[in-house]
Parts: sequence; structure tokens; C-alpha cells
Amino acid sequence: MFRYIVRRLLQMVLTFFGATFVVYALMFAAQDDPIQALVGERPITPSQRTALTERFHLDDNFFAQYWYYMKGLLTGDFGTSLTNRKIADMLADAWPVTLRLSLLAIVIAATIAILAGVVSGIRRGSIFDNATLAITLVVLAMPIVVLAPLAQLVFGIKLGWFPVTAGQDAGLWQLLLPATVLASLVVATELRVTRASVAENLRADYVRTAKAKGLTRARVIGVHVLRNSLIPVITLIGVDLGALMSGAIVTEKVFNIPGVGFNLFRGIRTEDGPLVVGFVSVLVIVFLVVNLIVDLLYAVLDPRIRYE
Amino acid sequence: MSESVMPKPGPTEQAPGKPRSLAGDAWHDLRRSKIFWLAAVLIAVILLMAAWPSLFTSADPRDCVLARQHRGPSGAAIFGYDFQGCDVYAKTVYGARYSIVVGVFATLIAGLIGAVFGLAAGFFGGWLDAILSRFIDVMLGIPLLLGAIVLAKRLSADPQSNGVLAVTVTLGLLGWTTAARVLRSSVVAAKNQDYVAAARMLGAGNNRLLFRHILPNSMASYIVVLTILLGINIASEATLSFLGIGLKGNAISWGIAISEATGYVRVAAGPLIWPALFLAATVLAFIMLGDAVRDAFDPKLR
Repeated sequence: MFRYIVRRLLQMVLTFFGATFVVYALMFAAQDDPIQALVGERPITPSQRTALTERFHLDDNFFAQYWYYMKGLLTGDFGTSLTNRKIADMLADAWPVTLRLSLLAIVIAATIAILAGVVSGIRRGSIFDNATLAITLVVLAMPIVVLAPLAQLVFGIKLGWFPVTAGQDAGLWQLLLPATVLASLVVATELRVTRASVAENLRADYVRTAKAKGLTRARVIGVHVLRNSLIPVITLIGVDLGALMSGAIVTEKVFNIPGVGFNLFRGIRTEDGPLVVGFVSVLVIVFLVVNLIVDLLYAVLDPRIRYE
Repeated sequence: MSESVMPKPGPTEQAPGKPRSLAGDAWHDLRRSKIFWLAAVLIAVILLMAAWPSLFTSADPRDCVLARQHRGPSGAAIFGYDFQGCDVYAKTVYGARYSIVVGVFATLIAGLIGAVFGLAAGFFGGWLDAILSRFIDVMLGIPLLLGAIVLAKRLSADPQSNGVLAVTVTLGLLGWTTAARVLRSSVVAAKNQDYVAAARMLGAGNNRLLFRHILPNSMASYIVVLTILLGINIASEATLSFLGIGLKGNAISWGIAISEATGYVRVAAGPLIWPALFLAATVLAFIMLGDAVRDAFDPKLR
């Protein structure tokens, strides 16, 4: 286990520097005059220009600039937005509601996926199974830009079942509709993986042994099959987080939730480059860290991974 | 892998009793799949719409009169008019073009990069595989849309452009990782088959081995991934346009139409619903096609 953790951490360091490097290279490429972008229409004197160039290390080469960027990221200094607010402060204001929203989405998705996936896996080829497969195909194909506005229109405005928007300190009820929309992004894959792994485990030797020694069907499925089938589903959470982050940008915009995604959307619309880059960098780091945790969890749950 | 016992794809006309090729088998299954035909018809209609939108509507999508703002459906405009007084049906039909153009070309770029990475890593193995695979890991560490936001923002800095090129390049440069991984693993599997060893012993060079023997037998899952990627790229284009960094200016796009309409849903829902339905149907068609082809090539999964 120790060797696995060390190896995984070393890989993580590589991926971390690689991914931040790629993000930095993407935004660095084809950049025009950042000082003019900062001051806008106002004229700027050569001495101000020199001072700003020195302050932002614009004369240094690409790698030196990447180094300053990394130093900022690692010490919690994510820069300042064009509106002169610290990115770190904006994140601090925005993340609680986004965290609540995405946790709720993960819970909704996992509940539906595991319940329906287990039933589908047990009754393969049944009407329920075929209907579930067809529905997951449709859900899988629904872009978030279609789902979020349509859900708001149908369930919020036309039917009036749910609040149309949610505020800064939105409660569970206000977040339910946006969280369901967000959950639909990941529920289809989770369901299909649950179904496939339940179906596979049902044929395993240990299930035959459990049946043979006279255990009840509920115990065989609830304990033996389910526990082993959930392992691959847990690993999906890490990958799903990427989809949730992308989805949160659109969902929070549509439902007016002032979270991380909403700030990012506003940054894009107001051409606030430092804000966009700061937020994206932090989200990429969160994504990498969560994936590392999920991988370690996978090794804890499944001993075969540790000894590969 | 079952490919090892299958003969190489041959001519479709075969003597009775002779086993069908892998592709022939897949086509045999595919013809019986309802999902395949549904997807094929949908895609045909959308492609027609993208190529000749005037077949579907005689109205001009740019003929917008503010006096007609949010007027409901009528004989002249079956989906009604939007906030600017443009014909929603005409705008939706014309919107297909950029979706398809961006989707197809982004997928071609991604497919090409994915093929180079996948073939090189899978066939040559060793240190090259180690480096390329680590690079793929790094790229997978960046969620697609987050990378696209940063890159598209940079590429589309020119205010004159309508953003088509920028979005296509962005999605192409960021979307190739899955294709590369899938191709790599099937190349690794095919490389160790007996027929490759036999060909090598007969004196076939690397090029011949790669392009005559390994590639044709590793294509199936790669093509499935690309078909699904096409659907994903169309959805991503709409999302980027919705966020304001995809298509812009006077480009007609479903993503822009949805974004504009969300502000006025309380007044008029039509301008939101129609482009959303067309977009969803297009993405669904490509994902269904990918699903059907996968089932045909890999019956084990069913």
C-alpha cells in the first residue's frame, strides 16, 4: 500500500505540473498587450509601463513567468481580477453554494444510478432494463445548455413546482432543481457502470458459493454483489467531477446561483482574463486532488489495485 | 480478442459457407438495428439542413423586424419570432451548418492527433509509449470545458472573426485523448496476434505491418469513439457559444440562440425550445450511431 501511495503521489506531481503548465501555455499563447488590456482606454506613460512590466514580470521569459504563476498558485495568491478584487476572496465567497450544489447533485445521481443500475443488472433484458438503457442514452445526449434552461422553463416557470432561481444562501429546496439538472450529466454513465458490474459479479464464483451455502437472495445481492459492484462506480466520481464543473458554469448562470461557475461565466462575459485564468487554475487543481483521493480510495477498497 | 480467428476484411460478395469478415459481420448486425436506422435518418436530415438550408425554409434568418418581436407561431413563421423579430424556424434551420462544420472538423483534428499518438504509443511501445501516455494523463487532468474556455478565449481574440475557426481548433486540440487511449490499447492487443508475427516473419516492414495488418483490425472502437466525440463536440460548441466564447458576431448558432432566449423565457418560450430540441436531437443522433456501431462490433457488451 505504501509503495502504491508513493508511486501515485509521484505521478500526481508530474500531472500537476503538466496540467498547470498546459493551462498556462494555453493562456500565454497569442497574448496581446496585457498592460493596455489592464488600463483600458486610458493613456499610459512609459514610466508606468515600465513599472507594470516589472511588477508582472512581463520581460521575463516564458518559463520564468510560469514559475511566478506556480509560486502564486501554491502560496494561495491567485491574482487580482480586473475589478480589483482578490481572486482568493471571490473564491471564498463563491465556493460554499457551489459545494452544496455539487454535493447534492452527486447524492442525487448516485442514488438513482445505484438503485436503477442494480435492478437493471439483475433483470438484464427485461422491460425495465431496456427502458433504462434507452433513457440513459437520451440523458447522455442532452447537452447542459439544453437541459438547464428547459428544466427551468418547464418545472420552474410553467408548472411552478420549484423556485426559478436560487440566491447566495439557497437552501436544499431551492437547489433541488439545479442539482437534479447537474446530476443528469453524470447519472447515465454511473448507471451503466453499475449495471455492467452487477451483471458481471452475479456470474462470479463467490456469488455461486454464497448461493450454494444457502444465503438469502437479499443478502447475496445486498452484501456480496453490491459491495463489489460499487468499487468501479466510486472511481467514476473523480472523472465525473470534471463534467460537474463544466455543467456548474451553465447551471449556475441559468439559475442565478452566485457560485464559482457563475463568477467564471461573468468573468468570460466581461472579458476579465485574470479572473478566468485564476478560477480555471483553481478548478483544475481541485480536479487533480479529488482524482488523487479517489485513486487512493480505490486502492483501499480493491486490494488487487495495490499489487499490480 | 475474436479478431485473431477472423479473416481480413475481404470483398463483400462471398461464396456461401465462407465466414463473413469482421466488418461484414458488423454491417449484418447493424442493418437489423432500429437505433442505427433512426440515427442514420436523423443525421441525413441534419446534414441536408447544414448543406442546403434553403430546402427547408424560404425565410431569411437575418431578416429581423423589431415590430414582430416575440410574435407567436403563424403560417409565415411556424415557430414564431424571437426577441429581435427574427423567424425562429429559419434561424434554427440555418443554425445546423456551423454545428456540423465545427463538429466534423474538430473531430477530424482530434481523430488525426489521436491516431498519431495512439499508433505511435501502441506500436512502438517502450520509452515512447511511456512519454506519450504520461502526456495523455496530463491532458486528461484538464476538464475539457475548462481548457476550452482558456484556449478559445485566446484564439478568438480577433473581434472580426465569427469564432468558427477558433472553436474548431480548440475542440480539436483538447478532445483527442480518449481516441488516442482507445486506439493505443487496441493496437497493443492487435500487435501481439499471431497473424502479425506471421507477417513479420514473412519480411513485412513496420509500415506494412502497421497499415495493412494492425490498423484495419484496431479501427472499430476508435471509430466508435470518434462518432460519439462528434456528438460531444457539437454539444461543446453550443456550450461555448452559450458562454460567449464560441461562435459570435453574426454567426447563427443554436448555442447563441439558446443563450439569447434564456433572458426572455417568461415572455416567449419558443425561441428557447426549438434550437434546444434541434441541438439535442443532433447530439443524440451521433451518440445513438456510436452506440449502435459499438454493439455491432462488440456483441459481448449486450
